[in-house]
Amino acid sequence: MSDSQITLGRTSRFAAPVVPPRRILPALRRFLASDAASWIIPVLLLLVWQGVARAGLLPANVVAAPSDVFDAAWRLTLSGELLDNVGISAKRAGIGFAIGGSLAFAFGLLNGVSKVGEKLTDATFQMVRNIPNLAMVPLVILWFGIEDSARVFLVALGVFFPIYINTFHGIRTVDVQLVEMGRSYGMSNGELFRRVILPGALPSIFVGLRYALGVMWLTLIVAETIAANSGIGYMAMTAREFMQLDVVLLSILLYALLGKLADSIARLLERTTLSWHPAFQAHAKEP
Amino acid sequence: MVDDILVRAMLYAQLDAIDRRPPDEPDEAVDPLDDNRLPGGVALTLRALTKSFGANPVLHGIDLHVPAGQFLTIIGKSGCGKSTLLRILAGLDAPTAGEVLFDGRASQRSPHVSRLMFQEPRLLPWARVLGNVEVGLGARRNAPGADRRALAKLAEVGLERRAHDWPAVLSGGQKQRVALARALASKPNFLALDEPLGALDALTRIEMQALLESVWREEGFTAVLVTHDVTEAVMLGDRVVLIEDGIVKLEVDVPIARPRRRGSPQVAALEERILDHLFADGARLPITRFKAA
Repeated sequence: MSDSQITLGRTSRFAAPVVPPRRILPALRRFLASDAASWIIPVLLLLVWQGVARAGLLPANVVAAPSDVFDAAWRLTLSGELLDNVGISAKRAGIGFAIGGSLAFAFGLLNGVSKVGEKLTDATFQMVRNIPNLAMVPLVILWFGIEDSARVFLVALGVFFPIYINTFHGIRTVDVQLVEMGRSYGMSNGELFRRVILPGALPSIFVGLRYALGVMWLTLIVAETIAANSGIGYMAMTAREFMQLDVVLLSILLYALLGKLADSIARLLERTTLSWHPAFQAHAKEP
Repeated sequence: MVDDILVRAMLYAQLDAIDRRPPDEPDEAVDPLDDNRLPGGVALTLRALTKSFGANPVLHGIDLHVPAGQFLTIIGKSGCGKSTLLRILAGLDAPTAGEVLFDGRASQRSPHVSRLMFQEPRLLPWARVLGNVEVGLGARRNAPGADRRALAKLAEVGLERRAHDWPAVLSGGQKQRVALARALASKPNFLALDEPLGALDALTRIEMQALLESVWREEGFTAVLVTHDVTEAVMLGDRVVLIEDGIVKLEVDVPIARPRRRGSPQVAALEERILDHLFADGARLPITRFKAA
């Protein structure tokens, strides 16, 4: 074979497949940019996990195969246990979040607009904030026993601070120039708040909201595994006692899914209310 | 001081939540938005106007009269107090001493509408272009027909097609045009302009000057423009006032017929005269003075 033939062979080998990638690459790029792309890694992990477990590379007393976990989910769904426990956990999370979140939002707004309110309450909040809320668990058990109110209290305490701090900060950092503009255009105080101050604080409030959702699940998991007689955490702890590895893993996966769900809802809210924000204007173009 | 404004505004906002009065009732007496009303101008009289920030005096007794409908331009080096003066005229700051009269009456007792166009567009980023213009409608911004009025104003500045865009996607010049439409929406009798064209590129600025002049001629409001651009001052002003160290250093009428031509000998001569006053110490031309023969 002569040199010229090799060169020819190379060029033809490279020239031939040029057309198909032109069609595949944009499709791939579109797929990677779409929401579906965020599921690639979780699904891949699941497949690897299943494969490794099936191949017998993982001892059954360390990790159960995903298929076993799904079996457990199906079994518990049929018995009604799963739905009950998820419902109870979601209820605790929801009530705790509603109480802590609304109080935090109210105080954030109040202290954001009022120096007096800030002077009166902010220092106290900052002190309480520095106590890890899970350090309160023994005290909370003494106060509430292992009733639902104990978990609700812990969740409310946990979500309070991220929402409070970010609401407060959001209101305090509203563009002063816009506030002045609103004033000079004769906005009443209520209108100024509705048209300028609150929308300006919203991005920061959402940061607090999303952070609080994380704290909400974290607190609930710990509270349910330490002292509870129902809920996902309780389900995991009982399963541990009976060496039901699949149910333990199912509980952990449930927390992951519920956490993701809460975050997705928050992101959707964020995307609809902050559609004006340049960061959310994916398709906006410069004129 | 800026912090004070915010704190005050927020305190008020908090009080307002408790005390829900119907907003802006006194405004209904004068109907600033009667669509057929031509706003006309209001005469401004400044008497011994003084302003100091702490022990730091900025304005020392300014006396000035601006007849109704006049376009006055104020020029001066940065830090001379011209923006402070404008903020007082627009009612954003209170003078330390002296007074500002509108058609001979104190500001609170005069029925005039005054608007300020800021150096920055100051558009609400969370409101569409149209919503931003509606802000300028004053008490009527929540009334039916607000969007129609706002759209008409937007058409005046040639941006009706961008009504439903977010401000973030507009260019700097377009943003200032929206700010102008907002300022004009309530048909002001007095429009204060605080270097609104300062941040625009040279070509956009010329365009905006022409737009400003045409709306002023159409609506007849009294205009006070603060600028550091001598050409702009001469091109737009009926009268140019030079402020230095907090006092009126020079007042020149501009007897040049409109529309004025940029670079015409009359404009150039007047510019030269003002620049000579501004740089009386000769700092303008460092080595030798050059003059076209």
